[in-house]
Amino acid sequence: MKKKDLKVPRIKNGTVIDHIAAGNAVKVLHILGIPKSSSSTVSVAMNVKSKLGKKDIVKVENRELKRSEVDKIALISPKATINIIRDYEVKEKHRVKLPDEIIGIVKCSNPTCISNSKEPVKSRFKVISKDPARIKCYYCEREPEDISEKII
Amino acid sequence: MSLFLIKMNFKDKDIISIKDFSKKEIDYILNYAKKLLSYADGSKNTNILKGKVLSSLFFEPSTRTRLSFESAMNRLGGRVIGFSDPGGTSQKKGESLADTIRMADAYSDAIVIRHPQEGAARLAAEFAESPVLNAGDGAGQHPTQCLLDLFTILMEKKNIQKNKIVLLGDLKYGRTVHSLAYALSLYGAKLTFVSPPTLKMPKEVIDECRELSVVPKQTSSLEKAIIDADVLYATRIQKERFPDAEEYNRVVGSYKINNELLKNAKKDLIIMHPLPRVTEIDPEVDSTPHAVYFKQAFNGVPIRMALLSLVLGGKI
Repeated sequence: MKKKDLKVPRIKNGTVIDHIAAGNAVKVLHILGIPKSSSSTVSVAMNVKSKLGKKDIVKVENRELKRSEVDKIALISPKATINIIRDYEVKEKHRVKLPDEIIGIVKCSNPTCISNSKEPVKSRFKVISKDPARIKCYYCEREPEDISEKII
Repeated sequence: MSLFLIKMNFKDKDIISIKDFSKKEIDYILNYAKKLLSYADGSKNTNILKGKVLSSLFFEPSTRTRLSFESAMNRLGGRVIGFSDPGGTSQKKGESLADTIRMADAYSDAIVIRHPQEGAARLAAEFAESPVLNAGDGAGQHPTQCLLDLFTILMEKKNIQKNKIVLLGDLKYGRTVHSLAYALSLYGAKLTFVSPPTLKMPKEVIDECRELSVVPKQTSSLEKAIIDADVLYATRIQKERFPDAEEYNRVVGSYKINNELLKNAKKDLIIMHPLPRVTEIDPEVDSTPHAVYFKQAFNGVPIRMALLSLVLGGKI
């Protein structure tokens, strides 16, 4: 895409999350805890046309998101890329990669799982496949069928 | 190398799911349980767990599992505290399971738990310093049942891997058959699943067997499956899973193990059942050499003795 066609202005410093599966930008923000966890300016573009079809983009100004923070979004958008911007230049670029464990982000789909009771624990999942993302509840050992529906 | 020469340390290990164990570890437990048979039936006595206290927390009804765990601890010279009805505990006042476990942990050296919710034992293990043994968590795991099933096959057939094993009944919801199919696949046993079409083995379980290079056969015909079977593992079809009684009655009558059916079976076929049974095995089968389900229930004692003594560090 030519720079002049950008739907969202370039940022000087910060993080751009690109190639988010179309329609998932809000869920990505939710997983990242943004804007709650940040006072930065956040721009969101949804259903942007690209070579590979439609995509969403999130730009977070003046904040470089750590790998451990962003890798969690591979749960719903395994093809998303993270660009760290310094002085308008892309200084680092990588694709998100699921961590081995997902804690407190996805609710177990099994209604009788102990993690859905009033116990002092967060939901916890082991990642059993990274692409496509497949996770298994640490407590009841079940796999949710639709992960994105179960994001807390 | 003899299994007893291999150093294995089970002290303080939680026993939550059969999948937490390697085949070598399972072999070790089964061989150790063999050594404990004469202590389990009372012909020899031991006090290796003298001074140790076991918390037996049964939030759900149980006959065999609770009694055999308590018998196992007593046979090893230890003591048991606990409850078999949560009605008399602070759970009734809204106490969390985590807090109940913290208390039991303070009062004892090991905790046995049965709970109606899946994952409860794994949660208990997070809050207890002492080892936790899962005695069944809802429709989830029941590792000591799986071990005693393997032990029964080993004792009756002298090995596990060379058998053709038929798993019969409610293969969809039955927790014992899921773990057992996985464990038998670790040994490379030949598996056939027989169930009504509505209660077939879930795909995840079949995939797990395949990952271990076992390709189970599936059929709804018990008559055909039984002809060359070495082990028939029957399970109860659970009434509570059916929305209407008529549908249940239609399915529940679809398999009946009786002497007529067994005419076509191998002479040394063994029939196992985790019990309780309802109508799936005719009482006339009880007196045949095929019936090993009561022995199987007894085998819960040596297996649970083996586990308790290993996790509490008091080996014979």
